[in-house]
Amino acid sequence: MPADFNWAIGGEAGDGIDSTGKIFAQALSRAGRHVFTSKDFASRIRGGYTAYKIRTAVDPVQSVVDRLDVLIALTPRTIEENRDELHEGSVIVYDGERTTMANVEIPDGMVGLDVPLKRLAEEAGGAIMRNVVALGAACQVSGFPIENLDSALEKRFASKGQALVDNNKEAARNGKEYVAEEYDVDLGYELETTDNDYVLLNGDEAIGMGALAAGCKFYAGYPITPATDVMEYLIGRIERFGGHVVQAEDELSAINIALGAARAGARSMTATSGPGIDLMAETFGLVATSETPLVVVDVMRSGPSTGMPTKQEQGDLNMLLYGSHGEIPRFVLGPTTISECFWKTVEAFNLAEKYQTPVYVAADLSLAVTEQTFSPETFDMDDVEVERGKVVDEESIEAWQNEKGQFEPHALTDDGVSPRAFPGTVEGAHMSTGLEHDELGRRTEDTGMRVEQVDKRTRKVETAREDENWEPREFGDPDADTLVISWGSNEGPMTEAIGMLETEGIDLRFLSVPYLLPRPDLTDAVEAAERVIVVECNATGQFADIVEHDTLSRVDRINKYDGVRFDADELAAEIEARLQEVPQ
Amino acid sequence: MSSDVRFTDFKSDQQPTWCPGCGDFGTMNGMMKALANTGNDPDNTFIVAGIGCSGKIGTYMRSYALHGVHGRALPVGTGVKLANPELEVMVAGGDGDGYSIGAGHFVHAVRRNVDMSYIVMDNRIYGLTKGQASPTSRDDFETSTTPEGPQQPPVNPLALALASGATFIAQSFSTDAQRHAEIVQEAIEHDGFGFVNVFSPCVTFNDVDTYDYFRDSLVDLAEEGHDRTDYDAAKEKILDASKEYQGVVWQSEKSIPYGEKRGLDTDMSQVDDGAPEGAMDLVREFY
Repeated sequence: MPADFNWAIGGEAGDGIDSTGKIFAQALSRAGRHVFTSKDFASRIRGGYTAYKIRTAVDPVQSVVDRLDVLIALTPRTIEENRDELHEGSVIVYDGERTTMANVEIPDGMVGLDVPLKRLAEEAGGAIMRNVVALGAACQVSGFPIENLDSALEKRFASKGQALVDNNKEAARNGKEYVAEEYDVDLGYELETTDNDYVLLNGDEAIGMGALAAGCKFYAGYPITPATDVMEYLIGRIERFGGHVVQAEDELSAINIALGAARAGARSMTATSGPGIDLMAETFGLVATSETPLVVVDVMRSGPSTGMPTKQEQGDLNMLLYGSHGEIPRFVLGPTTISECFWKTVEAFNLAEKYQTPVYVAADLSLAVTEQTFSPETFDMDDVEVERGKVVDEESIEAWQNEKGQFEPHALTDDGVSPRAFPGTVEGAHMSTGLEHDELGRRTEDTGMRVEQVDKRTRKVETAREDENWEPREFGDPDADTLVISWGSNEGPMTEAIGMLETEGIDLRFLSVPYLLPRPDLTDAVEAAERVIVVECNATGQFADIVEHDTLSRVDRINKYDGVRFDADELAAEIEARLQEVPQ
Repeated sequence: MSSDVRFTDFKSDQQPTWCPGCGDFGTMNGMMKALANTGNDPDNTFIVAGIGCSGKIGTYMRSYALHGVHGRALPVGTGVKLANPELEVMVAGGDGDGYSIGAGHFVHAVRRNVDMSYIVMDNRIYGLTKGQASPTSRDDFETSTTPEGPQQPPVNPLALALASGATFIAQSFSTDAQRHAEIVQEAIEHDGFGFVNVFSPCVTFNDVDTYDYFRDSLVDLAEEGHDRTDYDAAKEKILDASKEYQGVVWQSEKSIPYGEKRGLDTDMSQVDDGAPEGAMDLVREFY
């Protein structure tokens, strides 16, 4: 038996697929197993195919693979959609008493378990629990102790009363017992448990938690898939730390409300997806020109226009690097894992305040909606540092006043960073503006001052390039002939693909780049390699273009833009095929 | 706050570039007087300005200020006030900024009822781009971009505010210095969103809605015995297209500002040196 186990539940939107999957993932996590989940969902409330997949193992898992061991199919389409991932011996749990499933065909070699999910749920107190019956059945076939499911059911339903918890537990047992009594199947799965404590969270939640850890007290946003979870996470929690969330009327307003809070001195953030970034672009320039620290999260989804709102893509890179008119100093961070969504958000707040510059955090849908297990120490709050930069108070402000006693919020400095006075600071009153301005913040069209202010803002990024860490994350064999470079969520499947290729005798060096602007100088690494492949989820190879530009070299590209993330074995196969081609 | 603040303390060292005779001079003077009269000083005041002739006002005043992008001044003011309720926040803009490109924000800022004031310099024309129709221009007002007039009715900003659930609606005339300053002062003192539409004539591009026109047609509600807390009476005045009114048209006695409803009473600029106390509980929630 492989070390990992792959499970899925699929049906129509509205079937409770997501919450059922989450309960099982939680149960596995609470049993001390590592979990990596993946969601197929449609942009609609009801109808359409939707699925929740779980890969679990005792060792950490970083990706989905193209193998499914147990599938709970609420609709015939669920079997069709997953046909290629099912293998000989895969188990399909379905309810043959459901009209649409009555004549369902189980592919040859697979084990169909016809379990009356609805009827067994009704026996436990209500048809609504039919998915929990299926979870009980899954426990039976996978050799997973049902007590661990209980713990997840308690967490999920505790707020709704003990009776409901008990009903759900009974429903699960009905499923388990039905399979045990009616079917004599031993597939050899034994999902062992450990004493390890894990937490289970997705990338949006990690971003939200990172913001709170960094002292973010203000969030303004407008709901948009797949970034809404950031806002929903913060509401109900940010208040505990003296903060507030505003739901704005649109993204234009959201970034301007967030900007206002930042001008008042709060650590402030907004999160959106590509269409929202489009709308925010004009104000992004104002944030930069007025030298306001602001964190703007882009959870990328498939574009352009409305695109495929619930599908994966890394198509916004060029917009984040170059978007908005004029020339704008900025930082662009790109977390590569769910835990890095936390740490890069913390870092974003520090960079924003130290350099009084807007910071984009570029996450992608695969990070945002995937739940993954981590040891709690991964998010050790003692390691969180808060750096606020050159904030002046009533005493220190004197050093930054001109001979008339006026405060200079855009003073020309060697490092490009000027002092910052929060409103309310005595003798600090000043104007900030999107117009070009002098050191006092007064508009100017003076040619000399224009150049000095542009240079000063540019200098901040150069200072940061010198003073901060922009290194890539390195994996694999540092001396390998083949170098793979990627950004964003591709790190997970790539790290697993390295192991798969190693068993085929192929060694790789892999650099995962979490800093998109400024970014690491990859020239030496590219020159040292015989083959360079850039992996990303877009059609045109936006990051590959940048690598070519930065290193004055040509690279191979693996691009995926069908809306689905890479899985590890697919990526391994792509790389292997590419290496067999004769280099051009 | 110092008690001896004079309104001239709110003047910056910049000379306005408004045309001689522009209504915005009077509008700004009234704003400065009202701020001084309400015990504010430049260091606790935050002015947000939009784009257009009116948007230059932040430059000519001395306070903390942000001169933002076109039409988004109200969201900025919202963020400033919620993040630091101790600040006096005043948003200033024009009829284009507020009722055209920023009309969506106007509706929602009114609904939100954040405790700040919004002063709109309404000259019924686009001045800075040299004379095009604005959302409050008359339907037959001929301009370079509307040679036969806009041929659509002007926005009634007071009605828009009322329909959006406003708690304070007023109108003033920039050249009636005393009344204008009084009305702005009332907007500042109002617990909630204090909205004042100020007739602030453009002497260069608008030859219809002139000083003379407003002087001749303006009716002061204070002299009419209007009860500002009477919603139906307010509605009647606001929808009366036959007259131009000056004064506080509507003030809700039940206004509770956004921040007060949500218990926002602290300056959010202060942050711990590391993760805040209790942050590790956030991690445990995911167990």
